Amino acid sequence: MSGKRSTFLLTMLVFGFAFLYVPILLVIIYSFNEGKLVTVWSGFSFKWYVSLFSNDGMIDAAWNSLRIGVMSATLALAIGTPAGLVMSRFGRFKSRTLFSGMVAAPLVMPEVITGLSLLLLFVTLEQLVGWPAGRGVTTIVIAHTTFCAAYVAVVVQSRLTGMDTSVEEAAMDLGAKPAKIFFVITLPMILPALMAGWLLSFTLSLDDLVIASFVAGPGSTTLPMKVFSSVRLGVSPEINALATLIILAVTILILISSLLILRSEKMRSRTIDPATIDD
Amino acid sequence: MSSDKLTLKQRYDRWMIKHGRVLVIGIPYLWLMLFFLIPFLIVLKISFATAEYAQPPYSSLFTWIDEGVNITINFGNYLFLLSDSLYISAYINSIRIAAISTVITLLIGYPMAYGIARAQGSLRSVLLMLVILPFWTSFLIRVYAWIGILDREGLINALLLNLGIISEPLIMRQTEFAVYIGIVYTYLPFMILPLYSTLEKMDVSLIEAALDLGCKPWKAFVRVTLPLSMPGILAGSLLVFIPSVGEFVIPELLGGPNTLMIGRTLWNEFFANRDWPIASSVAIAMLVFLVVPIMWFQHIQAKQAENGQ
Amino acid sequence: MSQGALQQAHEDVHKTQPWNNPDTVPFIRFENVTKKFGDFYAVDDVSLDIYRHELFALLGGSGCGKTTLLRMLAGFEEPTSGKIFIDGVDMAGVPPYERPTNMMFQSYALFPHMSVEQNVAFGLHQDGLPKSEIRTLVSDMLALVQMSKFATRKPHQLSGGQRQRVALARSLVKNPKVLLLDEPLGALDKKLREQTQFELVNIQEKVGTTFVMVTHDQEEAMTMASRISVMNDGVIKQTGTPFELYEYPNSRFTANFVGQVNLIEGVLVDDDEKYAIIRSDDADCDIYIDHAVQGHQGMTFWIAIRPERVRLITEKPEDTKYNCLSGKVEEIGYLGGLSTYHVRLDSGIRIKVTEPNSTRQIEPRYTWDDRVWATWESGAASVLSQ
Repeated sequence: MSGKRSTFLLTMLVFGFAFLYVPILLVIIYSFNEGKLVTVWSGFSFKWYVSLFSNDGMIDAAWNSLRIGVMSATLALAIGTPAGLVMSRFGRFKSRTLFSGMVAAPLVMPEVITGLSLLLLFVTLEQLVGWPAGRGVTTIVIAHTTFCAAYVAVVVQSRLTGMDTSVEEAAMDLGAKPAKIFFVITLPMILPALMAGWLLSFTLSLDDLVIASFVAGPGSTTLPMKVFSSVRLGVSPEINALATLIILAVTILILISSLLILRSEKMRSRTIDPATIDD
Repeated sequence: MSSDKLTLKQRYDRWMIKHGRVLVIGIPYLWLMLFFLIPFLIVLKISFATAEYAQPPYSSLFTWIDEGVNITINFGNYLFLLSDSLYISAYINSIRIAAISTVITLLIGYPMAYGIARAQGSLRSVLLMLVILPFWTSFLIRVYAWIGILDREGLINALLLNLGIISEPLIMRQTEFAVYIGIVYTYLPFMILPLYSTLEKMDVSLIEAALDLGCKPWKAFVRVTLPLSMPGILAGSLLVFIPSVGEFVIPELLGGPNTLMIGRTLWNEFFANRDWPIASSVAIAMLVFLVVPIMWFQHIQAKQAENGQ
Repeated sequence: MSQGALQQAHEDVHKTQPWNNPDTVPFIRFENVTKKFGDFYAVDDVSLDIYRHELFALLGGSGCGKTTLLRMLAGFEEPTSGKIFIDGVDMAGVPPYERPTNMMFQSYALFPHMSVEQNVAFGLHQDGLPKSEIRTLVSDMLALVQMSKFATRKPHQLSGGQRQRVALARSLVKNPKVLLLDEPLGALDKKLREQTQFELVNIQEKVGTTFVMVTHDQEEAMTMASRISVMNDGVIKQTGTPFELYEYPNSRFTANFVGQVNLIEGVLVDDDEKYAIIRSDDADCDIYIDHAVQGHQGMTFWIAIRPERVRLITEKPEDTKYNCLSGKVEEIGYLGGLSTYHVRLDSGIRIKVTEPNSTRQIEPRYTWDDRVWATWESGAASVLSQ
């Protein structure tokens, strides 16, 4: 009955995954190409990796990006977590509409607008109060924190909304005060969501080109900015090497994390079977 | 459910109103005010200024003269946006390109999501991971990968020339076609994931019931599966449409000089022409004619979903 | 309190029935309590007294206000108007974490990241008790609910029944003045539920704490509770012992909600100090009641007769003047221990009859379309005015 349908679905899956992965695979393959031309295979070599690691500008940019990513993700967690808590647990308050609007808006805001508006803010602030003096890592971190916090807020809010409020009520019923409930009950329960939020923010920060381009200053070039300026001129084997390294790192991280998740799920399903534990 | 919310509200009302509650709301509130809301007011202000060769490169709206403040508002930037067809066609182009890309993404993403949802347990999670994986790798690099493929000296042309199918290289990069490929390629995971989660949750027995009641398979799909997966279609389409409409990187790297999109126009006004006031007025126009309608639409969607439950 | 004193206290409860003693001071008191959510009255002007050592049940369908009443006692909701007293103290403005109540949640609400032990100890830690004392109290409590073996397990490693015990232990260990139970057995399957009902009652008798529980299951309420309040639309329809509610319902709602009942609408045509006669369009005879009723002639009443109080006769009785309705057997449900019959009366209405199958029979007593006469003792029916 469903033979025709399965053939169609299978074809689409094969085609779709080929579409997703062939370009990436080509980048990886050609990163080991001896020659500079993309189209001609002239032998296996690590020379573009060597040249990548001796490119000081690239190394500096990567270092900048990592630092900015860690700082932005951490700050975004500090600001996004209370925002998510407010959205899901505080009910109505006076300016709630404005608040939820400000939390949701960065998610749909075109990056060029966010970048431009933050740059104009920094310029105006510098004129008025002398801070931030010039633009650099600080301004990029502020900019990234702002839009990453919105993502963290959404992740935290959806986790809290799905969570049974009676667990928090039980803690209160047993004598714990609100602040204590948050740190002893709520926080441990949303820890996976917080970790996901941090990783998401880190990735978004590491990946951002447009906003960083607006608010960066001299000496704070990030990796995407560096890649963009070199890619604009066409294909470069060094970028192929860099891409391969990034893909490798991400793949390893994802494999490890999904293995961890799989293992904890297995432990869970093994112990949850009531038949084996009922006395 | 509503009573639960009220409870927690009361609890924070009574016991945290003085310290905790204000602090918890205050931190994100102040941050977003300062770094999200106020910047737009500044953009609005500068969109009424005149470009000048100065640092910063725009005129001041407020000038101090003997008796008080003199306010000079310049509507010229907005009139200029209307008079030069470049801006309006960039706006329309952006919407057209984003809409067409969204439809293509849906056409490719739907069968993939359906196939994954119907796959066996462990295969399913592997396929799902393969969809998610590209999302965590660099966006820029994924766009970059297509340069090497579509370029005049790229892999497709090399292949076709070597096989003797063509004698002249095809122009694929720096066309609108390349922009479609770029958008579909980078945003395909955003379409598949919400579609997958609605299709996966759907009860297979519903389709079995339709078949049992005499529906042909394709008709069961059109009458049962498709309407039930509407929320996923809508969510996925929005996730693709919204970022692609303001896209800068893809038209810049893959599109030609004639592929005008509004995000790219703003970028060029700012970085190439250094005309901050015009860039600001483009931003305000985008905000009013693009972002506000999208947010309004999402708001209505959320309300409908709430009422539906 | 020593074991002996508890025993004594408990015997006193059984002896005295404090709600019948006007001198007893109620332990929990609701005074004209109303709770509005927006325009919706969840609880509408409820006044209720609950006494020390009671196992009190709030019974009603979903949305009747029983849970809201319980949550107001716990402090999760504040009344819109009215007052709540526990042991003489006005609870207005007292937050949940300062009330002498503890609650067992319907979902159990166990902390998923803590072990059984840590869950039970949580409340004691909030009181700042010394560690050694906490350890003793927790292990005593786990022994009481027979969960000592599982002290180090996490909630997700427990079965539903075990989680229920942990939730009970956690709320009992703080020795609250009042234990609140929100559908305590709702998440258990039928067999386990019946067994746990008695366990809960035994534990309550052992510790002597006042229990207030919410349930939608009338059988559960009847089995466990000392007294029951039947609620509907935010209002208490009737409060009484299980016996009183079943035998002396005060309204059609209670009669219907607690057990099954046949209702016949009629008009009072004759009455005296010793009897009353009600005439109904739905009955081909008058209905005779062996006591006086409150009301005047011409007033509408409802006769409520439990299915098991009706007898079916296959031959026409000699005296059919009173309490004798003729009809045909329409449906038969053979349940083994008893049989239920639906009899279509000649007037068109249908009544339900249950008969115990107390002796073994060769073939069923009645079959479909048999003509039967339904009769009952003149004291078996209740007369309801609302």
